[in-house]
Amino acid sequence: MNFWFEMKEGLFIALRALRANKIRTILTMLGIVIGITSVVLMTTAIKGIDGAFQQGISALGSDVLYIDKYAWFGNTDFWEMRNRKNLIMDDFSRFKDLAKLPKASAPVLRARKTLKNGENNVEGVILVGSTADYVATTNFTFNIGRFFTQTEGQAARDVVVLGSEVAKNLFPRGDGIDKTIKIGNHNFKVIGILDEQGSFILGSFNPDNQVFLPIGSIFKYFLNRSRGSITINVRAQSPAMVAETKEEAIGVMRKVRGLKFDEKDDFAVNQQEGLMNNYNSVVGVIQIAGLFITGLALFVGAIGIMNIMFVSVKERTKEIGLRKAIGARRRTILGQFILESSSICLFGGLVGLLLAVMLSMVINQFLPTSVQYSAVIIAIVISLITGVLAGFAPAYTAAKMDPVTALRYE
Amino acid sequence: MNIIKIEHIAKIYQLGTQQVKALADVSVTIDKNEYVAIMGPSGSGKSTLMNMLGCLDTPTSGIYEFTGKNVSEMTDNELAKIRNQEIGFVFQTFNLLARSDALHNVELPLIYSGIPAYERKERAEKALIDVGLEDRIHHRPNELSGGQRQRVAVARALVTNPSIILADEPTGNLDSKTGEEIMGLFSELHDKGNTIILVTHEEYIAEHAVRIIRLRDGLVESDEIVKKRLIPKTKIISQN
Repeated sequence: MNFWFEMKEGLFIALRALRANKIRTILTMLGIVIGITSVVLMTTAIKGIDGAFQQGISALGSDVLYIDKYAWFGNTDFWEMRNRKNLIMDDFSRFKDLAKLPKASAPVLRARKTLKNGENNVEGVILVGSTADYVATTNFTFNIGRFFTQTEGQAARDVVVLGSEVAKNLFPRGDGIDKTIKIGNHNFKVIGILDEQGSFILGSFNPDNQVFLPIGSIFKYFLNRSRGSITINVRAQSPAMVAETKEEAIGVMRKVRGLKFDEKDDFAVNQQEGLMNNYNSVVGVIQIAGLFITGLALFVGAIGIMNIMFVSVKERTKEIGLRKAIGARRRTILGQFILESSSICLFGGLVGLLLAVMLSMVINQFLPTSVQYSAVIIAIVISLITGVLAGFAPAYTAAKMDPVTALRYE
Repeated sequence: MNIIKIEHIAKIYQLGTQQVKALADVSVTIDKNEYVAIMGPSGSGKSTLMNMLGCLDTPTSGIYEFTGKNVSEMTDNELAKIRNQEIGFVFQTFNLLARSDALHNVELPLIYSGIPAYERKERAEKALIDVGLEDRIHHRPNELSGGQRQRVAVARALVTNPSIILADEPTGNLDSKTGEEIMGLFSELHDKGNTIILVTHEEYIAEHAVRIIRLRDGLVESDEIVKKRLIPKTKIISQN
């Protein structure tokens, strides 16, 4: 009797038994459905967050350095950094004169204000003040209009470029270009609107949620020149040049800040790579915890299956006795019960998968996700393995029954 | 030719610290186309002997040869194969699968011998027709009378063309009229050349057989030919 014949017949017998106990089968299956749904959804969500983050990060540009008073990561003492001299516009112009490697560099000063267009207003928008060169340190693309020019920048004209999300909120009908909006109490003319750039994951650092204006305007209206410390965004000529550009930037900055050879840097050159590492260490933990918890749901489902299979074996002792008496071998009985539990798990897994796909479509409204093919295959494999493992002990009990005793069982 | 040859068989069960001798020393031979009844009061060892003959159990000592093969030394799988192909069981409680129709119940032993589905169906149908159930093929056990259920069980025993049919109190759960009907079926099967071993404690049932072996306390008490054999009048098997 060959293997496939035995599998086929065993499957028929198993399905017959499952059909005979519909309610029990469905309830048992529910455990696996919930388990698989949560595992698949969790992997999908993690993939989604990851993808969004990668996309967001790459919108920032992997070849951009950020020279700042503060180090973004690492364990430099906060109070030491706080007491450093602010980075000021003079530092920037001297840096720009001395540094030869950057493709572009621009000062950045941020402020938070409420934006108004008649009835529509957006609160707490990050204003990014910079020079005309800023656009060259990014990968921005424009939906309509342009960035401000050198002249506009130096003259601190009241012009503003809107991120796509801000534009959408201020001008729901999409007619923002050349209109005037209020930033705080001051009128600004909209000269450009960006395409969608980044990703929700960056929150208020997402360019879509920001507006861009000449740095002079920020000083003029919103921040005292002596108060703010600027950041210098420096873009390398290519990703391969980042390290060299960074070396040069450190040297130039030491000179600009007038540091002696034995003094420590009083600035930091940051890279989004640090952001990446930080993200990975935090999210890595969340991922493991999430998968562990959803894995528990699956485990509980598996215990449910094992339990019901034990009950089923006990109930059908006489049937097992009969099957053995008329020639079923141990292996055949073992296979039959394992097939039974695997079928429950496989059906449960498929239903769970379907549910996960539907739920992920709902989640997709908030977080761009989709169930990956790999997740589908993994879900099916996991449910099959669960079925085999959960079914093995009960099936083994059935297989090793003595036919004489089993036949006499009442 | 001997189908069954048992020589000095003993079966000892270990119950806690006590040893129970279910069979002390039994020697029996049964030839092809014999119709033997095994009788004895409870505790005489007749169930143990039946389990032994049915290859459900192996003896503690002694030799059991089934169609010339030594069963006492077979593995579980080899025993399963013998049970599947050489022995047809009929039980007191019928032991049909409640959720399956008559046809599937009869097909069951054929599944375990690896017969493909279409051939199984054909053979199972024929076996059901042979026991007079041609109009009950797709009925489930709960839609059948006691006698009909036992006839399904007989069809299941016959479907593999076994060397022996082993019936354990086949009329125990039936009223006397239906019991008579089943005994008639066995007589007809015997007439057609089958070898039948019947285990019973009822004298009246045993007298349908040709030969009666009586056990007591694990030993053969008597082994004799029935003088006035009961021949039932009912005919079930179609004569074609």
